Amino acid sequence: NPFAGLVSHLRASWLSGKTRPMEYRIAQLEALGRFLDEKKQEILEATASDLGKAPFEAELSEIFLCKNELHETLNNLSHWMKDKQVDRTLAMQLDSAFIRKDPYGVVLIIAPWNYPIQLFLVPLIGAIAAGNCVIIKPSEVSKKTERLVAEALPGYLDKDCFAVVTGGVPETTRLLENKFDYIFFTGTSRSPPVGRIVMTAAAKHLTPVTLELGGKNPCYVSDTCDVTNVARRVVWGRFFNAGQTCIAPDYLLCTVEMQDKLLPALRKAIDDFYGPNPRESPDFGRIVSDKQFQRVQRLLGSGRVAIGGQTDEAERYIAPTVLVDVQLSDPIMQEEIFGPILPIVIIANMDEAIDFINSRERPLAVYAFSSDDKVVNQVLERTSSGGFCGNDTLMHLTLTSLPFGGIGNSGLGMHHGKFSFDTFSHHRGCLKRGMGREPLNAPRYPPYSQQKFGVIRATSKVTRKNDCTLL
Amino acid sequence: NPYAGLVSHLRASWLSGKTRPMEYRIAQLEALGRFLDEKKQEILEATELDMGKPSFEAFFSEILLCKNELNVTLNNLCHWMKDEYVDKNLVMQLDSAFIRKDPYGVVLIIAPWNYPIHLFLVPLIGAIAAGNCAIIKPSEISKNTERLVAETLSCYLDNDCFAVVTGGVPETTRLLENKFDYIFFTGTPPVGRIVMTAAAKHLTPVTLELGGKNPCYVSDTCDVTNVARRVVWGRFFNAGQTCIAPDYLLCTVEMQDKLMPALREAITEFFGPNPRESPDFGRIVSDKQFRRIRALMSSGRVAIGGQTDEAERYIAPTVLVDVQLSDPIMQEEIFGPILPIVVIANMDEAIDFINARPRPLAIYAFSCDSKVVNQVLERTSSGGFCGNDTLMHLTLTSLPFGGIGNSGLGKYHGKFTFDTFSHHRGCLHRNMGLETLNTPRYPPYTQQKLGLLTTTFEVKRRGTCTLL
Repeated sequence: NPFAGLVSHLRASWLSGKTRPMEYRIAQLEALGRFLDEKKQEILEATASDLGKAPFEAELSEIFLCKNELHETLNNLSHWMKDKQVDRTLAMQLDSAFIRKDPYGVVLIIAPWNYPIQLFLVPLIGAIAAGNCVIIKPSEVSKKTERLVAEALPGYLDKDCFAVVTGGVPETTRLLENKFDYIFFTGTSRSPPVGRIVMTAAAKHLTPVTLELGGKNPCYVSDTCDVTNVARRVVWGRFFNAGQTCIAPDYLLCTVEMQDKLLPALRKAIDDFYGPNPRESPDFGRIVSDKQFQRVQRLLGSGRVAIGGQTDEAERYIAPTVLVDVQLSDPIMQEEIFGPILPIVIIANMDEAIDFINSRERPLAVYAFSSDDKVVNQVLERTSSGGFCGNDTLMHLTLTSLPFGGIGNSGLGMHHGKFSFDTFSHHRGCLKRGMGREPLNAPRYPPYSQQKFGVIRATSKVTRKNDCTLL
Repeated sequence: NPYAGLVSHLRASWLSGKTRPMEYRIAQLEALGRFLDEKKQEILEATELDMGKPSFEAFFSEILLCKNELNVTLNNLCHWMKDEYVDKNLVMQLDSAFIRKDPYGVVLIIAPWNYPIHLFLVPLIGAIAAGNCAIIKPSEISKNTERLVAETLSCYLDNDCFAVVTGGVPETTRLLENKFDYIFFTGTPPVGRIVMTAAAKHLTPVTLELGGKNPCYVSDTCDVTNVARRVVWGRFFNAGQTCIAPDYLLCTVEMQDKLMPALREAITEFFGPNPRESPDFGRIVSDKQFRRIRALMSSGRVAIGGQTDEAERYIAPTVLVDVQLSDPIMQEEIFGPILPIVVIANMDEAIDFINARPRPLAIYAFSCDSKVVNQVLERTSSGGFCGNDTLMHLTLTSLPFGGIGNSGLGKYHGKFTFDTFSHHRGCLHRNMGLETLNTPRYPPYTQQKLGLLTTTFEVKRRGTCTLL
């Protein structure tokens, strides 16, 4: 077990109690902030090299969103860490009842390649804030970022408590043989096997997990909408990071009339954003690897190309593409696209769209566009997904006050903001009673009697109150 | 797959939306309340047959505590169900941002035999409150209660949405082949692993309420009489078959000498000179469990009790001393009416002892000195904690109840049950217009646009907040 020594070193550090004081956690979090500031240029360069990520996008997703999470945590950590006092029964009025936030211990964070800094760093913020030691396993697919993290991060964090492990599937498999106290895994739904593999490995040690997976995020566009605005918002969400985003709108659902209106608007938005030849735009990314490029390119043979469709294997370039006449049996409808292709699926009306969504695996996000609030609310009400955004794409992720996570095949657990802290802390129910006042306890002891039971019932009963206001 | 039809029937009911309206959920919960009221006598009789549970104990744990959970839920359901509005950044001031509480779908609740009503019913309350359909799998070991639940619960709940499945290991294994949207399991760690592994195949989230050896540290500064009574109560309630019972005592040899007569006195006071004749002391649930526990008694030396009767599955309230770490009684959760005492030199040794072992479901610490209680709490890790008493933290619906490490994962009781069985869906509802607000994010990218975005979305670091 090549990682046994490392895990046991981190466990000893955790047991020593060094991660418990708030000052320690703040110091580590502030060091993470310096990593983001001082290594900003290197991060932009590494992600540009790995994914052709536009510096604007990298600065937004890999630096700025992370700093928001960091500040949110630093601003609130002392409140989050405090014991939370809870309501007590009559019998316990003189006792102390509270929830203590304890660390789990040694946690493992496994991150993917598409937002290679954000997707380990945001969970890491929560893990540190909650007092844990952490092993970070960045993706080997985003090679330059992996090397940057492995070489630079240890320079900022306490090496006794935090470590970076690199490698591919064999190394991750060996790593998972160890007992961790929490495992946080982010991976796309095209590897539900990997999410299952991680949870199965966790089950051997009864290790709690959060799995941030993915799916095909449907995007319903009703007949009543501002076509120009919808097109821009959908194009932005679909083609950001060349489509390699777990909450990107995966496919569009609309009537044939709306499709006819949307196509010119989509064409215009793509042109506005990336120019007549997106390959020359500095603002449009590339596919991360040859394997991914070939996979995404194959999906182009579905339906008919209405916009785009050009590719260049040497650059791993796939043009912003829209497909029409797509059949459910087409390859593009069989897996999460995770690339810059937007297929349009025709439905007759909202009810058909909702049925279509509900007959498939529950996705990480559902999108609905309509000027009619009732339509948006109906789609929200009658579907199930990790998260939801009405009249936009991706934006719900940017609010640290919203929990971010999947359901069913798209994952389990949630994080961001306080939810990351809560994910990585054990909420320990605590009661502290007095050593004296023994007569208060007498009714519960044998020999049992009706009278004693009456006293217990009177002092610990929760009565039914009047009906509260209906929703 | 013998249960495929049932699971798919429940899934169809869930997809029909019938469990969504608050009125429906309240009606089902109120029906559960009627089950507890109308079948009270049958519940007392069944649990007495199954494990000699005294009516007082059954009334308290199987009826009263359940009704409390029911009432907390009924009192608060409309608040819990409401969309929870959250803080927004500058740019989203005109948008609507909230957390929607969605059901998971079809959930499976697997319950054990020791509190056979409570341990399916309390999770079921949360599952129903959160809008799910549920399959309940009571334990086949508490046979009379299993039959009662299988035969009568269906008269109270909507059979389209709720079902009871009976059987043993083979049936549970077949049941677990199906895809559930949540699995709530209460039982032992080895079976917990099996359940989680089965859940992993379908990426099904789980709560596992397991167990362990719950240490009970008694410091030299305490009221020996009170400590003895509270420990005896916690250890021998339900003849020791309680997941949060104090499993073993840790104290100095001086404290052991003081405790022994006090423990003896408490046992006599509670159960009389011959506990076998007391109507207030339970029995072991099965022959297999009886033999397992009896074998543990050959550890150390019997200081109090030690008598057994196989025909009645009676094991006397027993205290063992001179116990070695290698003894059988220190190798597994006792789950019976035996209290071993392990001698340590001081609090630090007690804490080290606790930390050298798997993390338990509960830790108990008794001391007149609150600093001692706080130290034990601070320097150990467990599901829950109680200072200067045993078991009582479970009775507060406002405290989360769950394990850590080998003692489990997830939590419930009160609102925590509702939260366990609901998916917290982050929702943002924006305006179709106001497109100019969005332009800074679109390509072609410029520094000016980035500056605008960061200004409007930024979370600034505030001045250091008050230290703890």
